[in-house]
Amino acid sequence: MTALLPNDTASAHISRRAVLQGAGALIVSFTISPAASSQDKGRAKAAGTAVKLAGSLTNTPYLDAWIRIDADGSVTAFTGKAELGQGIKTALLQITAEELEVPLDHLTLITADTALTANEGYTAGSHSMQDSGTALRNAAAQAREILIGVAASRMNVPAAQLKAASGVVIAPSGARLSYGELVSPTLLHVQAQPVSKLKDPASFRVMNRSQPRIDIPGKVTGGSVYVQDMRLPGMLHARVVRPPSYGAQLAAVDSAAVERMPGVMSIVRDGNFLAVVAEREYQAIKAMRSLAAGSKWQEQSTLPKQAELAATLSGLPSQEFRIFEKPESSPPDAAATALEATYTRPYVAHASIGPSCAVAQLRDETLTVWTHTQGVYPDRQAIAEMLSLPPDRVHCIHVQGSGCYGHNGADDAAGDAALIASKMPGRPIRVQWMREQEFAWEPFGPAMVAKARASLDSSGRIADWEYGVWSNTHSMRPGPAGALLAGQHMALALPPPAPKPLPQPEGGGDRNAIPLYALPHAKVVHHFIPSMPLRVSALRSLGGYMNVFSIESFMDELALAAETDPVAFRLKHLDDPRAREVVTVAADRFGWSGRQKGGSGRGCGFGFARYKNLAAYCAIAMQLAVEHETGRIRVERIAAAVDTGQAVNPDGIRNQIEGGILQSMSWTLYEAVSFDDTRILCVDWSTYPILRFGSVPNSLDVHIVERPGQPFLGCGEASQGPASAALANAVADATGKRLRDLPLTAARLKAAIGV
Amino acid sequence: MMELKVNGRVHSVDAAPDTPLLYVLRDDLQLNAAKYGCGLGQCGACTVIVDGEAVFSCVIPILLLQGKEITTVEGLGSIDQPGPMQRAFIEEQAAQCGYCIPGMMMRAQALLQKNPLVSDEEIRRTLEQNLCRCGTHMRILRAVRRAVQLMQVATPART
Repeated sequence: MTALLPNDTASAHISRRAVLQGAGALIVSFTISPAASSQDKGRAKAAGTAVKLAGSLTNTPYLDAWIRIDADGSVTAFTGKAELGQGIKTALLQITAEELEVPLDHLTLITADTALTANEGYTAGSHSMQDSGTALRNAAAQAREILIGVAASRMNVPAAQLKAASGVVIAPSGARLSYGELVSPTLLHVQAQPVSKLKDPASFRVMNRSQPRIDIPGKVTGGSVYVQDMRLPGMLHARVVRPPSYGAQLAAVDSAAVERMPGVMSIVRDGNFLAVVAEREYQAIKAMRSLAAGSKWQEQSTLPKQAELAATLSGLPSQEFRIFEKPESSPPDAAATALEATYTRPYVAHASIGPSCAVAQLRDETLTVWTHTQGVYPDRQAIAEMLSLPPDRVHCIHVQGSGCYGHNGADDAAGDAALIASKMPGRPIRVQWMREQEFAWEPFGPAMVAKARASLDSSGRIADWEYGVWSNTHSMRPGPAGALLAGQHMALALPPPAPKPLPQPEGGGDRNAIPLYALPHAKVVHHFIPSMPLRVSALRSLGGYMNVFSIESFMDELALAAETDPVAFRLKHLDDPRAREVVTVAADRFGWSGRQKGGSGRGCGFGFARYKNLAAYCAIAMQLAVEHETGRIRVERIAAAVDTGQAVNPDGIRNQIEGGILQSMSWTLYEAVSFDDTRILCVDWSTYPILRFGSVPNSLDVHIVERPGQPFLGCGEASQGPASAALANAVADATGKRLRDLPLTAARLKAAIGV
Repeated sequence: MMELKVNGRVHSVDAAPDTPLLYVLRDDLQLNAAKYGCGLGQCGACTVIVDGEAVFSCVIPILLLQGKEITTVEGLGSIDQPGPMQRAFIEEQAAQCGYCIPGMMMRAQALLQKNPLVSDEEIRRTLEQNLCRCGTHMRILRAVRRAVQLMQVATPART
């Protein structure tokens, strides 16, 4: 099992040269094609390739970029995706073990590393199974058939009579040749074929079986798992003194006293970028505090009034994109019942439990950066541009951090460490952000406004539907150096990149803005707001959370007007059989038809979506109680159904769905970034409360709808939207009051029910 | 030089006496489990046990800890021989990113050491001080309940 320990830092020490020199290794070299991001740029076609290859093979077609077999029979799989706590390493190993016919514990996996792995863009958008899982599955299947082919010619037995098992090819006679014996240096240096001989799901022995995650034993026994745990020889500890607010200028800094403090090695100032480097960590913290106390900043009041956020946002100049328009088959019935509603969401923080951290070292003219970024290649591009280095002089290695849930401070911490290390050659520099820095400087999930209008015909069906969503961009990630705080704050003052809307079908602010329901007449408009009063970027599920909250809340409002059961009303408008099945299964598992009647403080709610309208399907039913005097909401039980296509690690899927639901409960019940006209005010856990154990439901049942042989559908962001709507709908059922402004706080609920 | 007793061993530590225990555990003793989360005693990621009580190691200076028994997750078992609390978390797959988990385990361990027959309600109430962002709460609760059983097996009642 040693090779499987979750020690990314160990794998980090395998240099590409060492890999290339590996005796008898299959890997020779592989060509990394230009950057392609999974989430933000759509899916590029391989240059000069007419045929579509599976998953990320499209951009990285050589098999040896994914699978390496050494003469000693050891097998290494490579992925450009990163372990973020979602369990991707385990699932990718299961896939490789299954198709390559190798025991899982004989496999090593190397994750996102600009010297070793394919460029798979960001680990984001629930794309890892679809992109990297599909690539590894096909690469492993094709490698297996190549090995069988070599064995066939060596044994002089038709390939069809041979079978592969446990890293060995076996003939009917019992003759055996191991993969190590069959391998030769260039054997897998071939381009993938468009069609693979994939195993029949009925014969799976590793996939679709719950596999304990390989990273958990290290995490519960104090293993060296996280970038925060790295201790390189000669490593120094740095802390950054951030400006007190956006755009603040460093007017004066008194560093003389700080320079004399114990352990202080250096004070780094570059424009508005200010940091201190010390021998020991707590020395760095004390020096940071002194340096901050001795710094004078000129601040600007640029932030909108928090209380008027929704009006401010929808009043900002916007670009309109008509992302969906169904031809006007018939004009809406004038006598129809018409409903209209506006929903709002505040800025939401990623609020990772562990503030961001990175280690960087400039040595032999190469800058190595250990980072918990979601995208080692885009991060390398940004750091190289910031420091005017050629990209091949920057080596970014992913090491796990605390859960990020999107674009948090990870890339910025990497930029900070890179900038400081570039000024102190030789010494590894560890930058650890403080709690208040993570809260004040992370890019938030954007505040949003959604307006829905619909009418019902005389049969209680939706006759027409109009929906508009107002939002900033949902990605300000690196590539460009101006996306990094260090790039913005250094004397060069690199400008942030121009914000862009993320295109449909995945979308950004308009993710999931198009309902999956069958509607005769519909229009959906994305009002993209380029101006960003607060720093924003990708937060788990992007606009999907808000759009599903709004659409699914509105569906319940329409069901009420149509005097139809909310689940029946949804089924009445759903054609997709897979959508219908998750809705039906969630309702059955919950006991929807026999549920306790709403009102008198207890209620049930339902929510459904297919994430991005093209990833996993998820339906959720929820029961909760409202404490009248306090407005406190206590969720009691939840049943969820999910269809992720072919399941790989069912318990891993359940873990992701459970986590998504509880995180969404936290966003929905408690969370809003607070600010005055100048500063972010929520800088700790008392000013930014999140879900605690006292509010955790009594039961949460996740049912996986099996789809053997269907393509993988990512599930990490499938449950957040439906959970928020199920919650709001259950509150409405319990109290008769509809809350449309997130979060659904006790204060808002008390105001609604007149306490 | 100060002496600290951690996981049954006495260590001589060359750190300023006002240094919070967390940094000594991580940087001087190279113990990874206790995590920096907030430095404010608000999130519980740094939780360790001192003389049987769960404490926030990020806010307690080492000068207050002379002669006291300090236990971290590393003192509960190892990857090859995990203790009951660690086994329970592995068996329930009670982690996503895992960053908060060592703090959860130590707070639960302190609770179970004091009261091996703890109720579900007490488990929830005690863990209320520790934050998890991945939403692993259901599994953490299951793991602590499983640890209750595993500890009963490990230390059968004396007759």
